[in-house]
Amino acid sequence: MSAQPNHFAPLARLLHWLMALMIIAMLFIGAGMVASVSERHEWLIHLHKPLGIAILLLVIVRLLVRFTTRQPPLPADLPGWQALAAKASHVLLYTLMLILPLLGWAMISAAGDPVMLGSSLQLPSLLPANAQLFAWLRKAHGFLAYLLFLTVLLHLAAALFHGWVRRDGVLESMLHGKD
Amino acid sequence: MVDRPSPPDRPPLSAASLSLRLGGIALVVAALAGAMAYVHGTFDPQRLTPKALVDVLEKNNGVHPGFRRNHAKGVCVIGYFESSGEARSYSSAQVFNEARTPVVGRFALPAGNPYAPDGSVPIRSLALRFTQANGQQWRSGMNSMPVFPVGTPEAFYQLQQASAPDPATGKPNPASVPAFFAAHPEAMPFLQWIKSTKPSASYATETYNGINAFYLVSASGQRQAVRWGVVPLTQDVPGAVAPEGDDFLEKDLVQRLAAGPLRWRLNITLANPGDPTDDASKAWPSERKVLNAGTLVLERSQPQNEGECRDINYDPLVLPSGIAASDDPLLAARSAAYASSYLRRTSEVDQLPHAAQESRP
Repeated sequence: MSAQPNHFAPLARLLHWLMALMIIAMLFIGAGMVASVSERHEWLIHLHKPLGIAILLLVIVRLLVRFTTRQPPLPADLPGWQALAAKASHVLLYTLMLILPLLGWAMISAAGDPVMLGSSLQLPSLLPANAQLFAWLRKAHGFLAYLLFLTVLLHLAAALFHGWVRRDGVLESMLHGKD
Repeated sequence: MVDRPSPPDRPPLSAASLSLRLGGIALVVAALAGAMAYVHGTFDPQRLTPKALVDVLEKNNGVHPGFRRNHAKGVCVIGYFESSGEARSYSSAQVFNEARTPVVGRFALPAGNPYAPDGSVPIRSLALRFTQANGQQWRSGMNSMPVFPVGTPEAFYQLQQASAPDPATGKPNPASVPAFFAAHPEAMPFLQWIKSTKPSASYATETYNGINAFYLVSASGQRQAVRWGVVPLTQDVPGAVAPEGDDFLEKDLVQRLAAGPLRWRLNITLANPGDPTDDASKAWPSERKVLNAGTLVLERSQPQNEGECRDINYDPLVLPSGIAASDDPLLAARSAAYASSYLRRTSEVDQLPHAAQESRP
């Protein structure tokens, strides 16, 4: 059996940083557009939809990469609760990355609105129109988006804790260097 | 998974260095959280948000669960649009190119009280949803007045605030609406219209104007600024007055539709260069070229609490390819505020009264 890697696969790292930028942008776009009545509301919504679909496609690729490449293990001396928190927060991150775009797509469908990604590109509806279902999906979309933001903050704080305080190579495994 | 061996050399951090590093982490996290709070509007309670716009409507009209927060009293209508082909060279939208496009519409009174007497205001509105064969939609909310009182969402909000009931008396301060209009001379054309217009006895005899400007976009990408409206093809004898009672409009509509479909002509007015596209309070000169885009035919009505229009958000920015928004700031504000109203009322669908609307709470 070969030795465990010290770094994530280059493709995994590329996807991580690309999606980190996209998801943080997406969270700010979403929060900004629902708090604005200006033209900003319009152009943010026109960014939000195609960016959401791009994230959905990338997260599928990313899950495939995750399951077909090897991940560097957590440090042996990491306290058990931190190792558990690391695993649980990653499951939560992947789940939210996958669910949020689907919820957005489904809620537009449930509102009976055409799912437009631009002036002429239309996606099929995921669900038939249903007002009560829309209200539920719309609230879930907003609530889970803020949960994702909090999880991202936790992830960032933990990454910096590994890099600046524990100095255990976990942050570097996603940053640079080769095995 | 085998655990990673611990790095060999990790000199412990001094207390000062540790606090500095933990402080750095806290700073990064706080900066991101603060940026999110800023975007969310937490530090800017004066920002006009969709929530603020819908809240002021609720304050003025009361909360009527399940109903639209504005234009709350209305009736669904079902029909179709027959294109004349005249708009085809200006817009690639399928609605102008296909012979027939199904329509779900809604006639309504302005304001957010679903029990307002029909004779209380002269304004009537008609919202339409055209569903094209390709699945794209065109939604438009139109009103019987030719211009909007104001040109910006901020001014609309201030007008609503001026009309808000005084907590002491429960009635609007009689001085605040005149004071608002004194400070907003752009409202003159609207005020002149409303002074000279009597509440009509029928939805069927009204002209409905889209008011906001849009662009028609041709297949070659050429953009033409337009405003649209529908003009009734049936007119009553002059001098028809609104009957007694509070709910005559829906009854009149049901009666007329029982006798046959009702028709309107869809007029599309072409702007000249320089005509304002960003100010719905300003009319365009009357000699502008008008296309007769086709005929709106309405065949039957449905009560709004069960009808197909109930769950439609007549967001004026749901547009098919071939029609595009203008720079009119009211459009984005309507879209944003309608979304907020739509979420509130769709969360309350089960609270809607399902008996006839006459049975008041």
